[in-house]
Amino acid sequence: MGKAISSVCAWVDERLGVSDLVEFAKQKTVPLHRHSFWYYWGGLSLFFFLVQALTGVLLLIYYRPGPDAFESVRQITFEIHFGWLVRSAHSWASNLMIVAIFVHMFSVFLMKAYRKPREFGWWTGVVLLMMTMLFGFSGYLLPMNELAYFATKVGLEIPASMPGIGPKLAALVRGGLEVNEFTVQRFFALHVVVLPAVFLPLLAFQLWLVQKHGNAWPPAEERKPVEARQTIPFFPNFLMKDLAMWLIALNVLAVLASLFPWELGQPADALKPAPPGIHPEWYYMSSFQVLKLFGTWFPGASGEAAGIVIFTLGLVLWILIPLYDPTRTAGRRGRNATYFGLFALAVLLVTTVWGYVGLK
Amino acid sequence: MSEQPGNAADFLEGEGLFGRRAFVRVALGGVGLCYAAALGYPVYRYLASPVEKAAAMAAITEVTLKDAAKLPAGSALMFKFGPRPSLLIHHKDGKWVALDAVCTHLGCTVHYEPENNRIHCACHGGVYDSESGRNVSGPPPRPLKQYKVAVTDAGVRISRA
Repeated sequence: MGKAISSVCAWVDERLGVSDLVEFAKQKTVPLHRHSFWYYWGGLSLFFFLVQALTGVLLLIYYRPGPDAFESVRQITFEIHFGWLVRSAHSWASNLMIVAIFVHMFSVFLMKAYRKPREFGWWTGVVLLMMTMLFGFSGYLLPMNELAYFATKVGLEIPASMPGIGPKLAALVRGGLEVNEFTVQRFFALHVVVLPAVFLPLLAFQLWLVQKHGNAWPPAEERKPVEARQTIPFFPNFLMKDLAMWLIALNVLAVLASLFPWELGQPADALKPAPPGIHPEWYYMSSFQVLKLFGTWFPGASGEAAGIVIFTLGLVLWILIPLYDPTRTAGRRGRNATYFGLFALAVLLVTTVWGYVGLK
Repeated sequence: MSEQPGNAADFLEGEGLFGRRAFVRVALGGVGLCYAAALGYPVYRYLASPVEKAAAMAAITEVTLKDAAKLPAGSALMFKFGPRPSLLIHHKDGKWVALDAVCTHLGCTVHYEPENNRIHCACHGGVYDSESGRNVSGPPPRPLKQYKVAVTDAGVRISRA
């Protein structure tokens, strides 16, 4: 038996060269230092993405976009065996995926892992985060419940407030002048076809870049001579730790999804007023609050416009960080980049908390 | 060192059939199986939901077709017995016949030909007798299953034979 298996393995290996890959993986090392913990968050983001892909396909089996959307999600939740669990896991994992990506992004930023030669890793990462948020936005509408309806209505006011093309663009995205079954249908196409089709190659590109450049040393470690730095082999040591983190993530997800099942709510009704206390998902809370603040500081529509401009400028600065903090000898500029990262983190946290407090 | 399996020294050394290494391997395998079952079972039930529903539907013993009594003699109509497509024929001599309409060859839906007074399957040319459901010619290996028919004021009641 064992002999047969090993001869099959040899047959496959001779043709695919798997052992070269294993050999390569054994050569690969991962830096070991007191900030190594943050290396797991990219992998965790990937794990949650895989969960999303699998649970998403399962939901796709029963979900019907268009006028039937709410009814089909109601059936999934209440009639299909374990449908509530699949849906709950998909909703929870989407939130956890965004948490993991945010942690990953800030750790990359503060460990200066965007510096040469990893600029493309940074840029694809930021794009992947924004796409994940678009996944969140488009997926949120699909059950076509009350919350989804208003979240999409309000969310589309942001592109609509752009001067000139804004209203036309929003109407095009919406497929009408109000959120309706056409909106669900096109958000569905976006959510399950367009976004994955762009997301997957970008993700593959980023994973390839990680393989190519390896994990970045944080600046404090990089200052040490090479002999003084510690590493562990990628295979099997780091991979096993990575998988252990995935297992923890799976357990956390299982507990959340089963003990706090995602609610279905009421079907969307265009004639019903918005329910009290309605608010965006937490990952949009910060931008929501910034817009609200600018709206109160400046008169009329100019406040919102100012908010959008400031937010966009901040984002551009954020994306361009590898260009103005390019190397480990950046000195003073490097420290300013750290301050910028901490400032961005503080703004996000403060405005998010502020947004929630403001609801009360 | 002892070659006997299962003694304390072996266990601590991590050797042998009951050594630490084997124990850990079995424990990890067991936990892995538990996880596979905990994930696999809900997914299986989730996917199988409509199958269970259809099986429950198929378990019905009779169906009443309200307006079917108006069916003119010499014609037929299709109806669903649970999830199964079925055929109700009102013969020219006034006789009512209800048959399962799934060809016993490869599962196509058969149809009644009034001009030839026979049941025909378009897929592979199977022919059945329109009164008994007997397979007359072509590839079908078995006759069509027959139902009991009762024409009442409430409609045509069809039940398992």
